[in-house]
Amino acid sequence: MRIFGLNRRIIRVLLGSQYAHMLEYRAEIALWALSGVLPFIMLSVWSGSDARSGLGLDGVALDRYFLSAFLVRQFSVVWVVYAFEEDALLGRLSPYLLQPLHPLWRYVAAHLGEQLTRLPFAALIAAVFFAVRPQAFWLPSLGGFLLAWLATWLAFAIAFLFQSLIAALCFWSEKASALERLQFIPFLFLSGLLAPLTAFPPVLRVLAQWTPFPYLIDFPARILAGQPVDLLAGFGAQLAWIALLLPLVLLLWRAGVRRYSAMGA
Amino acid sequence: MGRYWRTLRRFWGTAVAVQLEYQANVLIELLAVAMSLSGSLFLLSLFYGPDQTLGGWSWAQALMVQGLYTVFDGMATTWLRPNLGAIVTHVREGTLDFVLLKPIDSQFWLSLRTLSPAGLPEIGLGLGLLAWGSHQAGVVFTLSSFFTVLVMLLAGGLILYSLWFLIAATSIWFVKTWNATEVLRALLASGRYPLNAYPPALRLLFTLVLPVAFLTTVPAQVLLGEAAAPMLSAGLALAVLFFAAARAFWLFALRFYTSASS
Repeated sequence: MRIFGLNRRIIRVLLGSQYAHMLEYRAEIALWALSGVLPFIMLSVWSGSDARSGLGLDGVALDRYFLSAFLVRQFSVVWVVYAFEEDALLGRLSPYLLQPLHPLWRYVAAHLGEQLTRLPFAALIAAVFFAVRPQAFWLPSLGGFLLAWLATWLAFAIAFLFQSLIAALCFWSEKASALERLQFIPFLFLSGLLAPLTAFPPVLRVLAQWTPFPYLIDFPARILAGQPVDLLAGFGAQLAWIALLLPLVLLLWRAGVRRYSAMGA
Repeated sequence: MGRYWRTLRRFWGTAVAVQLEYQANVLIELLAVAMSLSGSLFLLSLFYGPDQTLGGWSWAQALMVQGLYTVFDGMATTWLRPNLGAIVTHVREGTLDFVLLKPIDSQFWLSLRTLSPAGLPEIGLGLGLLAWGSHQAGVVFTLSSFFTVLVMLLAGGLILYSLWFLIAATSIWFVKTWNATEVLRALLASGRYPLNAYPPALRLLFTLVLPVAFLTTVPAQVLLGEAAAPMLSAGLALAVLFFAAARAFWLFALRFYTSASS
């Protein structure tokens, strides 16, 4: 039986082959993991600053928040628009479209394979962090960990759908990846990667809550760091964004494929 | 020398001509720069409340550092990324052979072949921010201070270039690690804030190992009159040292280049 074109065998083959493919590129992926050190740089600025007291994250809570933000980011990085753009440009998309499987599943599997390859490197960076600041070490409760995992996956889903929406625009315009760059800037500043949302002035914080960005980093990171969060509101917002984006992606994709005329045509 | 100068003019003339074909890109780039700068200023403002400082730096002084960072970021977009980013592609596809066969220095060709005008507005905005911050911080502009800034920017640019080139040159051995420069870029982001905002261990790292301090903090200090001539000459010496290292490393790396198919 197939659900959304998938059955157990297809899932196993897709994930297995993509994981093997990503393992080949492990040096590159290790460098990508390392290039995510920005939260640690921000942590070192925040922890010595006068403004720290306004964050509501005292003592090791700040260290834990930024480490969690780093980890959440590691497992919600999305690059589907770049992969898709290259595939469309080189004509590789045509055979994918002929297969009885939605091409987006292939990209989902590639991302999951990459996350699995990334896992040891992210764990290594976290271990180094704990070696430098042993007092910040903590183990989240099993429940907290599972909730954080779920929230990170939902964050990944939102980011993936959002970028697929931009990728689908590739059917119409060559500027789609520029759009991705433009949306990355508010993501960077509003997601909580560089500053916890509690640092924002109240008006801006409320405004940010209406964008998808805080649910991509701040919300999962707070669960992982063991901060008190409104779980119901957070998961509700995540699901609402997914419910909004999913039909849009599917519609735009279908319209795009109808327009698609393959390479050289 | 005259030949190199003429070649350079041709290189950049064609690069600009190519870019003018894509005028929509300019608008997107301007929008991105404006958004990113306002985001950075917003982030910086979070560190400042009534009588709060960041590592002992006032808001106006921190703006100077931010301005300098923006200038170097613009420099990377205009000059470093389009040129040095292509080295990996040359190595992977074997087109480095063609570069090496040309009767012109290969490092010169690889480093200055093209230019992306998209980063120029960022450099302009950065300089504007630097001037505004200096004005607010009470810096008196003289001809000598203007000259000092110019020298510091050149030295900083040379350090940045050499670091970037060193990493890009390693692709002769490790073809696939093209995103090593992304790691460098992530670390360079630490130059957004004054050095004193970091804990002592990181300060040491950012001064000696990865001299981000000489890009943004030291020039700001020189302008503010807090660091004197020795710092300036240290920055210059470091720039020369890094450039010599990059040059030597490139000549060394070329001995190991065996083309794509062999």
